[in-house]
Amino acid sequence: MIIFLIYIAIFVGSFFLVRLIVDQTAKGYSARKTVTFGDESAVTSNRTASVVSILTIFLLWGAFTGSSLLPRFLHAPGPFEGVATMTYTAEADDGSRDEATITVLVHPVGEDAEVPEVDPGDGWAKNDAYTIGAWRSGLMRVDRNDEKGRDQGHQVVAVNGEPIVPGGEVLTEFGRVGMSQKGTLNFEPAKGWQMEPIWLPPPEAVVQRLGEIASDGYRDSTLWEHLGYSLFRVVVGFVAGALVGIPLGYAMGLSAWFRGWFDPIVEFMRPVPPLALIPLVIIWAGIGETGKIILLFLAALWIMAIAARSGVSGVNITKVHAAYSLGASKWQIMRHVIVPNSLPEIFTGARVAMGVCWGTVVAAELVAAEQGAGMMIMVASKFQLTDIVLMGIILIGVIGFGIDMLMRKAERVLVPWKGRS
Amino acid sequence: MSGLMIEKLSMRFDLPNGSHVQALKDVSLDLAEGELMSVLGPSGCGKTTLLNIVAGFLAPTSGEIQLNGHDVTGPDAERGMVFQQGALFEWMSVRENVSFGPRMKGQGEKEYGAEVDHLLDIVGLQDFKEKAIYELSGGMQQRVALARCLANDPDVILMDEPLGALDALTREKMQSLVLKLWKETGKTIILITHSVEEALLLGERLLVMAPRPGRIHREYRLPFADLGVGQDLREVKKHPEFAERREEILGMIWDMEEEIMGRSEDEK
Repeated sequence: MIIFLIYIAIFVGSFFLVRLIVDQTAKGYSARKTVTFGDESAVTSNRTASVVSILTIFLLWGAFTGSSLLPRFLHAPGPFEGVATMTYTAEADDGSRDEATITVLVHPVGEDAEVPEVDPGDGWAKNDAYTIGAWRSGLMRVDRNDEKGRDQGHQVVAVNGEPIVPGGEVLTEFGRVGMSQKGTLNFEPAKGWQMEPIWLPPPEAVVQRLGEIASDGYRDSTLWEHLGYSLFRVVVGFVAGALVGIPLGYAMGLSAWFRGWFDPIVEFMRPVPPLALIPLVIIWAGIGETGKIILLFLAALWIMAIAARSGVSGVNITKVHAAYSLGASKWQIMRHVIVPNSLPEIFTGARVAMGVCWGTVVAAELVAAEQGAGMMIMVASKFQLTDIVLMGIILIGVIGFGIDMLMRKAERVLVPWKGRS
Repeated sequence: MSGLMIEKLSMRFDLPNGSHVQALKDVSLDLAEGELMSVLGPSGCGKTTLLNIVAGFLAPTSGEIQLNGHDVTGPDAERGMVFQQGALFEWMSVRENVSFGPRMKGQGEKEYGAEVDHLLDIVGLQDFKEKAIYELSGGMQQRVALARCLANDPDVILMDEPLGALDALTREKMQSLVLKLWKETGKTIILITHSVEEALLLGERLLVMAPRPGRIHREYRLPFADLGVGQDLREVKKHPEFAERREEILGMIWDMEEEIMGRSEDEK
């Protein structure tokens, strides 16, 4: 909630700040427009906003994970670490009360810590010492070393002078001291606002992990093998789907019999999410490469068939008439009119299909695989290796984005007439 | 026999609701080689249907149609077609569009190159021959369509409102171009139009068609096309006979339109 509010504050704040600093007077024709609200063409993506937006995400990520990339004053308050002290007051059967000190060493998780040595002190209640990891909590059985133990009705009645009862709590400057129903003290050092690394590691840990896995690999395969396997499956599945789907779509667009025959199949299979086919494909083809490629083939097939079909249906009849009047044969019309005319639709379909295939391959690898980006993050999550999971998600996103950019680039080069007839 | 012969041509469309439309009824006409004929009529008079039958895209329900003594049964390179718009191939350059016909016949650059460049010169697109279609204006696109049709050297050119989508100024320039091409190539041309002026200017013969059923209402033989080859079309329009004919034909078409309106109101 606090993170969300900070995010909104940065959003609004940077808007005013940037408006103050950067010269906002638009140049050129747009500057003379008096109507801008509602004119979509007058709205262009603000570059500064994009940069600030990305910086903000990393800033918040770093601030709430105590990243070493950020100066300390930008960090959100971290968990308490160091020596915490408090006192407790115990009461025994005979009504006598005694006070003693508790010393707790709160140490970073993963580091060894020795219980600090303390002087037992006077009276029947003796001083205690414990170690507790940051973000953890621990029981403090303070009666264990006291002269009047539980058999004599030992009962803690106050912490730092504040009365406490079973089920109650006392807040100290170092954290919360609670008491269980049976009367045992429980210390939970202050956690601060930062995220524990097992929930969200700082950015540099993710980068470091990336370097480690890139050089050493993970689960018997290098990072490039994992990503390469995923990409390989996508490319093979997509190419197979396109090789079958495009001719099928053309046939459906050109022949009534083909359309009648395949329409029910295609229209039924299209809305079935490829993920729903994973169990069936595993039963039929196992968890190896064959199964995955069959799955991706099926994911791409229907999309490509429908794209090719609508590409053929979308051909302007006057173009076909013109080609016939110019003496073209059926085959020449196919080659010079129908195919080029359907290319823009096919490219749109290919972009969608590549996106779906990339999503499907990751999901299929999450379920079962020997290598692959999805398998990598799934296995890592089982071992709570959140940094690998994050790294994997980022890489999957980057690759998916890269695929889409490549397809767009190819589209601009290969079908420059798209949307301009 | 050379030329186009149309004998008792009828076309009937059956509609899904059981009724039918008589698009053409007993249309007969002869067109000698090298004649320029414009066809005019209110919408629904079957002029586009007639053109599609001549082009071979539709088969008539009855009647005969022959070109140079043989039956027309389907589309063929001997009957070239110029459409209103959208018939150019966007994935080809201007020159590739113009050379489409010869290339489909299997001719090489050596065989068609000179002729294609000559045609590009005539339509004034020599400087634009490597451009993409979508980079051209509407008038230029229609010039490409004309050149593409001529490159194939057809016996008859069928034009379906070829200048209908152009602005008035471009349209006038294109009308001169059509006349020039007609005179230079000596092609037989059938031109469908909505504009009475255009029909008068671009028709050695002018066919006025009437709707329901589509039929030939009246035929004129006009001197304006020949006049227009030599002089400015605006001068031709000043001709007293031009104004007279225009009013006459406009009145005729108005009457037809009113009759249609009246009839459809009666049907209600």
